Amino acid sequence: MSIGIQMEKTEMLTIVGKPVKRIDAYEKVTGLARYVRDLRFQNMLYGFVFRSTEPHAKIKKLDVKEAKKVPGVYAVVTADDIPGENIVPIILNDRPLLAKDKVRYIGEAIALIAAETKEIAKIAASKIKVEYEPLPAIFDALEAMKEDAPKIHDSGNIFTHYKIRKGDVEKAFKEADLIIENVYQTNYQEHVYIEPQGALAVPEGDGITVYSSTQCPYYVQKAVANVLGLPRSKVRIIVTTVGGGFGGKEDVPSWVSAEAAVLAWVTKRPVLLEYDREEDMETSSKRHPGYVKYKSAFKKDGTLIGIKVEYVIDAGAYSTLSPPVIFRGTIHAPGPYKIPNVWVDGYAVATNKVPTGAFRGFGSPQVIFAYEQQIDEAAYKLGLDPAEIRLKNALDLGDETATGQILRYSVGVKETIRKAIEVSDWYRKRKEYSLMEGTKRRGIGMSTIIYGVGLGAAGKILERSGATVQITTDGSVIVLVGTSEMGQGMRTVLAQIAAEALGVTIDKIYLPEVDTLAVPDSGPTVASRATVMSGNAIIDAAEKIKENLLKVASEELNVPPERLDIKDNVIFDTDNPNVKVEFDKIVEIAYAKGVKLAAVGWYHAPDTTFNEQGLGDAYYVYSYATHVAEVEVDLETGKVNVIDYYAVHDSGKIINPVTAEGQVQGGVAQGIGYALLEDLVVENGKIMNPNLTDYLIPSIKDVPNIKVYFVEAEYPEGPFGAKGLGEPCLMPVAAAIANAIRHATGVRIKKLPMTAEKVFFALKEHGVRG
Amino acid sequence: MKLTIFVNSKKYEFEEIDPNMRLVDLLRDKLGITSVKIGCENGTCGVCTVLVDGVPVRSCITPVSKVNGKKILTVEGLGTPENPHPLQKFFIEYDAVQCGFCTPAMILYGYYIVKKNPDVTKEEIKKMISPVLCRCTGYIPIIEAIKAYADFVKRRREK
Repeated sequence: MSIGIQMEKTEMLTIVGKPVKRIDAYEKVTGLARYVRDLRFQNMLYGFVFRSTEPHAKIKKLDVKEAKKVPGVYAVVTADDIPGENIVPIILNDRPLLAKDKVRYIGEAIALIAAETKEIAKIAASKIKVEYEPLPAIFDALEAMKEDAPKIHDSGNIFTHYKIRKGDVEKAFKEADLIIENVYQTNYQEHVYIEPQGALAVPEGDGITVYSSTQCPYYVQKAVANVLGLPRSKVRIIVTTVGGGFGGKEDVPSWVSAEAAVLAWVTKRPVLLEYDREEDMETSSKRHPGYVKYKSAFKKDGTLIGIKVEYVIDAGAYSTLSPPVIFRGTIHAPGPYKIPNVWVDGYAVATNKVPTGAFRGFGSPQVIFAYEQQIDEAAYKLGLDPAEIRLKNALDLGDETATGQILRYSVGVKETIRKAIEVSDWYRKRKEYSLMEGTKRRGIGMSTIIYGVGLGAAGKILERSGATVQITTDGSVIVLVGTSEMGQGMRTVLAQIAAEALGVTIDKIYLPEVDTLAVPDSGPTVASRATVMSGNAIIDAAEKIKENLLKVASEELNVPPERLDIKDNVIFDTDNPNVKVEFDKIVEIAYAKGVKLAAVGWYHAPDTTFNEQGLGDAYYVYSYATHVAEVEVDLETGKVNVIDYYAVHDSGKIINPVTAEGQVQGGVAQGIGYALLEDLVVENGKIMNPNLTDYLIPSIKDVPNIKVYFVEAEYPEGPFGAKGLGEPCLMPVAAAIANAIRHATGVRIKKLPMTAEKVFFALKEHGVRG
Repeated sequence: MKLTIFVNSKKYEFEEIDPNMRLVDLLRDKLGITSVKIGCENGTCGVCTVLVDGVPVRSCITPVSKVNGKKILTVEGLGTPENPHPLQKFFIEYDAVQCGFCTPAMILYGYYIVKKNPDVTKEEIKKMISPVLCRCTGYIPIIEAIKAYADFVKRRREK
């Protein structure tokens, strides 16, 4: 069987794998959920950020005197007033909290204001005077790479360069029967989490508590401690209900929270800082625009024998998360295929624009848009079916990835392709749609991806997670984790894992949002890692407690502990299930006897490696997916409608099929936006459409019925066999739609987004008419 | 101006209030009704929706002067935490909630749609809730939940 080791005893599970209701749904439907901007404290002030209007300039003079005089203003803070270090630590630590001598993009923070109301703070901001000396600005990443380009940072404009060198690509191109070479370009994507960024900082004693809408509470802790000059132990981060993240609340909350924290520290009062939508869209990190030059070598039978890829992402003015983004982009550039000869260069490049960062897919959707069109086009050129050419080249158990990693378990990629063929009625529709005439044409397209779960070799120092589990005196269970809920369903999935591991029903589990006081630094809630990392940490803690419980039960029941098990709140003799005792009863006895029923669990991921040549075991395991999109293209207007959609995922064991389905549907919808609608316009470093009227995200009318399927190639190291799911849902979408457009019209669109206008002109250029 | 409004069946009187104050600010800041969200500030995303005399209104672009004497409904008034409204239960049942930020607005729309016409089809629901944006779910379970509630209302009516 090609999908690897199947876990034993899957059929024995009582909660994992079941459609358990989302544990945070009740508070969200009743209005009881508290997002950061729903919180109020006595004497609370409102924060506001004064920002640069210049893309690249020296600050000659900054005058905040008049601003400070506005009644109701409690503080105006500039770079010189920051108590600690003026750096927001992310990775390369090049980003100041407040610009001091130089600004590098429009919207860069220069000063912070705390006032009685937001309106007063804005009035004060209007009184701040800055004298700029403009510097030559650069807005194009390819231009920025040139030798003579103006330097945005002293170290140069290339933040990070990763590469893969395997085999002999030039030889592959010589031996090829078919070479396909194209340039693909992709635009920004803005997250549009419906809740904009915000943080509330409350000074408490000699420390500070920050309520933050974040995916990464420990990043926020590090940033706040750094700007205040405090030890991290005195910085407590409480994650509020988060109104969507998608990567947008990975790096940004570090500075939003640090801004609020500085104001709170200086004024000694609670400060709420809430970005409005426009400010959020103008200043928050987005998906990187990508430039991909992709050359592929095929043999006549469709075998992919070599690729050469140059991939450049526009990182904006500061590096923030661009180094790991280009790491993932580089590793994922070859796709889910066996390729003996690989040459990839990935560059993250500075420009004088808003910094770009993490967004679901993390540097991979741009290269997927390229490689999935390359292989699709090869199928046309070689007279093969696009699904067959993928099956021919796709990785299998025991195969070697582009980085030379041998895949030893859990490789479901071919299963996803086969399942997608079956559920979409692929062959029939390929044939039927090819014969269509008239002005409305249909097409069906496929896209297959590989996704490295977790942070990979570039982020392995963060690849650990903790969980604190305690059974209270009444038998109810507190489970605390360091990864956060942002709507993806993590709290529910982890509660299921906790319940399964302890043998109790899910209603006994209380698993709230993150509080950094309760759990050791567990790294970020990103990279589809929470289920595996926190799940395993919970199991580790649960097993320690279970052992103690069974010892107590053993004395009560006169049965050796190894013969006992717990299920549905009952501890019983596995040889004679009639010999049993209630879970709560044993908890009561255990407490009376002084037995410990609390534990900190810990999980450290398997090692990953990546050498100078870009070779190694880049990620500890991979998820896979194949999507099929069906589109209808109006040849007269260029408008593309997605009329049907099939998403097949291998994310190992699915802990909760209902929340997983919802996560996939949402990811596909977001991918449809990326593919067809979302078009951020940036002119001379200024974002021209920072609002939801002019930057369109999918409404319900843009989303077809998305059918979701899982093939579960279980991962032996994962909790109950699970891998990761969050990011892969979006990754294949744009390429699947582009391939469907190619099928419908014969025209390949190599630039995102594929708006009606773009498609219209592409069709016109190729003389395609109804 | 002097303002009288009825929010979730409770009467509120304000002796002196700025007529241009946004309804959303009145609800959130003066009355502490935080289920009403602010997502875009310009009436596009729809998460600030409340029902005014039974009709969906965007509270972020509605001045309080427009609602004097009117009845306003938010999810807090639809059901109680102890006894959620059937529509709220269907949202849980169908997993129509992810991050939850658009959820109160979606629920109010669903309530309005079904009240208007319990025979509503999925296609009609789709059209009618399009003013509210959701970034998490892909909308599919939201339609399912509202449709299930419509069917529930119909069954109840037929009894």
